[in-house]
Amino acid sequence: MKYMLIFALSLLLLPPGRAQSKYSTRAGLITFFSSAPLEDIEARNTQVAAVLDLSTGQMAFTVPMKAFQFRRSLMQEHFNENYVESDKYPQATFTGRVLNFQPGLGQPAGPQAVQVEGDLTIHGVKRRITTTGTLEVKNNQLLVQSKFVVAPADYNIRIPALVRENIAKSVAVTVALTCGPVGPLQAVKSK
Amino acid sequence: MQPAIRLFAALLLAALLGHAAPAAAQTDLLKELETQRPDSLPPARDITLATFKGTHIINSQSVETPGQGTLLFLIQHRFGALNSGAYEFFGLDQAVLRLSFEYGLTDRLTVGVGRGSMEKTFDGFLKYRALRQSDGARAMPVSVTLLASSALTSLRFPAAERSFASRLAYTYQALVARKISPALSVQLMPTVIHRNFVDTRRAQNDVYALGGAFRQKLTKRVALTADYFYLLPGATADEFRNPIGLGFDIETGGHVFQLHFTNSQGMIEKFFIPETRGRVSNGDIFFGFNVVRAFTVKDRR
Repeated sequence: MKYMLIFALSLLLLPPGRAQSKYSTRAGLITFFSSAPLEDIEARNTQVAAVLDLSTGQMAFTVPMKAFQFRRSLMQEHFNENYVESDKYPQATFTGRVLNFQPGLGQPAGPQAVQVEGDLTIHGVKRRITTTGTLEVKNNQLLVQSKFVVAPADYNIRIPALVRENIAKSVAVTVALTCGPVGPLQAVKSK
Repeated sequence: MQPAIRLFAALLLAALLGHAAPAAAQTDLLKELETQRPDSLPPARDITLATFKGTHIINSQSVETPGQGTLLFLIQHRFGALNSGAYEFFGLDQAVLRLSFEYGLTDRLTVGVGRGSMEKTFDGFLKYRALRQSDGARAMPVSVTLLASSALTSLRFPAAERSFASRLAYTYQALVARKISPALSVQLMPTVIHRNFVDTRRAQNDVYALGGAFRQKLTKRVALTADYFYLLPGATADEFRNPIGLGFDIETGGHVFQLHFTNSQGMIEKFFIPETRGRVSNGDIFFGFNVVRAFTVKDRR
């Protein structure tokens, strides 16, 4: 009985914040921008789902492609129909980890620069990328920011010669997430 | 010693339990994302896009409308009949033309105006997307677009001048389409056409027809299209032919080119549904094209 008590007590002595190390969102923001001689193309997606585990530095993102909103409806149609083929490849994903990971990530006040490496899958093509970003825990929420460049050609997205003046060879992607904490208990509760 | 060992074992067990989770791989995080769908957020409604490439299939209109703030400029041509012989360069020496603008007031409502050279006809229409095919929550198997158009002929009549009302004809159409696969779309078009004035006593003022059309993509930017109308039995069906068209859609960025062969020279419902005379078996086939250019007049945000 005494040892049971010690066992129970030792559970309480586990590293603090274990239950709060995971953060997730379903309403993250990803925007992209490309500038070509004839026109600029810009789109935003506010339905990005992400989960980040600060205890391990690992993360996963899913991006529903049809949720990208363009300023011009024709661009949106062409994006989905001709380029990313959203019917065939409904979502882009990223799974990765923080390279310069150290315990207590995100705990110090202020944004913390991180290097992230992982697999980015767009249009059914998986590629290993590294990028930089910042993580910050503020008011019990994890703020995630990152910027990187994607080349459509790397993901087997072909741009016909006829519209090459309209579409840039590289696209700047901006990620901005505000994630709430997920405890193991909450994960069990959610149906 | 024994109590100390037990204490050590208990601590070790607790530590193992506590630290087992961080070993989980990234892929498990991804799986977690995909399986967890919180009840608080409604599941996304996935609207089917681009059932057809253009707002017209060949002769008929499609369920598509230009998005809000998009202006379409259409140039439609039908040359003369292929069987008119080498002297007429197989029809290319003659052409019937229609120019029109279509503007998306909202993503659902479109207004259009046009002018065709056949019988010097002005036309105007309203097109409303009533239902949109979608998956996910509130799934909808088909898209339905309603079309109401009127046509006004400005032709000078040789005999007694006719009243303004007698120059008008109206078309009401329900366009029901389903994108069966990313490549194949089909459309049904129950239609009624009302003409205020008809030439003979026997001719029908109201003509009923049922249309069908499909689009089969051949490549990402080229598609095979066809449309056809069946005239319901009556004086019109006895005297005229059912209009049929077969063609290709070719898309290049902001343009859509539609090249086709059809037995009808008229390009608005009022002409091609109740007044098609061409017999395909006789070679009364007209080569034609629709060219669509899209302009974004107003950005959505």
